[in-house]
Amino acid sequence: MNQDLVPHLFRREYSKIVAVLVRNFGLEKIEVAEDIASETFLAAMQSWTYVGVPQNPSAWIYAVAKNKARNHLTRLSKVREIGSDGLDEVAGLPIDLTDTNISDSQLRMIFAVCNPAISAESQVGLALRILCGFGIEEIADAFLTSRETIYKRLQRAKETLRREASGLEVPDELAIEKRLDAVLTTLYLLFSEGYYSESHPEVLRKDLCEEAMRLAELLLEHRVTDRPTVRALLALMCFQASRFPARRGESGELVLYAEQDESKWDQTLIERGVKLLRAASTGTSLSKYHVEASIAYWHTMKEDTPEKWESILMLYDHLLQIECSPIAALNRTYALARVKGDAVAIVEAEQLRLTNNHFYYVLLAELYGKVDPAESRRCLAQALALAKTEADRQTIRRKLDSVGPANPADDYSPCKPY
Amino acid sequence: MQEYALIMRHEDGAKIASPEQMQEWMRQTMDWIGGIAAQDKFVSGTGLQFDGARVVHADKVVTNGPFGEIKETIGGIIRVKAESFDEAVEFAKGCPVLQGEGNTMEVRQITSHS
Repeated sequence: MNQDLVPHLFRREYSKIVAVLVRNFGLEKIEVAEDIASETFLAAMQSWTYVGVPQNPSAWIYAVAKNKARNHLTRLSKVREIGSDGLDEVAGLPIDLTDTNISDSQLRMIFAVCNPAISAESQVGLALRILCGFGIEEIADAFLTSRETIYKRLQRAKETLRREASGLEVPDELAIEKRLDAVLTTLYLLFSEGYYSESHPEVLRKDLCEEAMRLAELLLEHRVTDRPTVRALLALMCFQASRFPARRGESGELVLYAEQDESKWDQTLIERGVKLLRAASTGTSLSKYHVEASIAYWHTMKEDTPEKWESILMLYDHLLQIECSPIAALNRTYALARVKGDAVAIVEAEQLRLTNNHFYYVLLAELYGKVDPAESRRCLAQALALAKTEADRQTIRRKLDSVGPANPADDYSPCKPY
Repeated sequence: MQEYALIMRHEDGAKIASPEQMQEWMRQTMDWIGGIAAQDKFVSGTGLQFDGARVVHADKVVTNGPFGEIKETIGGIIRVKAESFDEAVEFAKGCPVLQGEGNTMEVRQITSHS
């Protein structure tokens, strides 16, 4: 009787249906689209539970969604007044749930959602809701905020959406580079939320990373957005995600790069990343994603070689020219230490003066480890005081335990757990 | 052995649940039914759609349904075989619907004709 229920089937189909319905109804009617989608899954739940999952679950879902959408339009046309919102034109358009139109509608939806007029935080929330089919509760969990906060945030974002974009369009040649930039920023923000989760005690959010990657894949499906920067971003995500299986220990604690069992790294993802990075090496510009992906590529090879660290140092030098960030500066300093020794790195590190950043002190502790263990302990104590999450505090405490004359913590990246 | 109807009463899932949650409930309910079927005690079952429900009143006036308090809406009914009310009640206790506060399971005996 039962087919296998594909994990996240409802969630994935939700975003597809909403995208197509918004295409038909317009962005102003986004809530109507969401309601119709939800009702469709309720209908599935009330039916499949008793008669089994249909042979073609998606087809069943699309047929029901179409019907509900048509019923909705019929109901509206019955009560419409003169001068209504162009319902006749809309009512006439077929609701096209073919693969092509779904993919096309989703692309347009991505551009609509990742609109610079909406705050970055709200873009990610909106993306999770509309592009990924997450519930309000689920989004609140991911960001460790309340249901009400997320709900209000999304309402405001949808309001802006309705104001800023009347239609669902792919930006034209002039606008697309800039708009794509905004999309990639949001996708990487989403991925990072899953990968680093500064604001959530449960550090690994695989779901969020998978969704970010799925959306990046969607961009690659379309000629107009299949660009080197997108390939580079997806390569970066692949390299980082490849380490997911190794990042968690027996009791759920975070396992740092140096301690990871590399046989657990997902080689398929690494290979995919390599292919993407090669495919990204066309065109004339080098985006920050290219550089970060290249650095991440080096880290797929655990073995320490001079070439590895020299390359990484050069890449960080380049990255900092494109975009200066404290974490990049700290990581560069660490690479500097591996190439030119701790003493040189200490001098440069002290000039950074990132005294509000616990990673800064973790790095200093690392650099002082062999040369001045007492100073190293002092730095770790500072780091402990500044650390924001329990996971980070645990990591620092472990380092404190292991600091001694013969035994410095040996990590490729004291600044970001990998 | 007697037959009993297990009536699921809960609010409209679409109003409160995410797609993921609905898929999860569906899977749980299928598992619950599967457990009863494994004991060869499941007879039949059906879900009732929330959309487009109608209520016909004594004066033949028709209004939109479903009927009753929000959390008492009948979402589905299954028929099971059981030795006693107690056993039927035990089946009912396993229904995932009961995870929701305010939801209930009603257990009714179906008259036998043997």
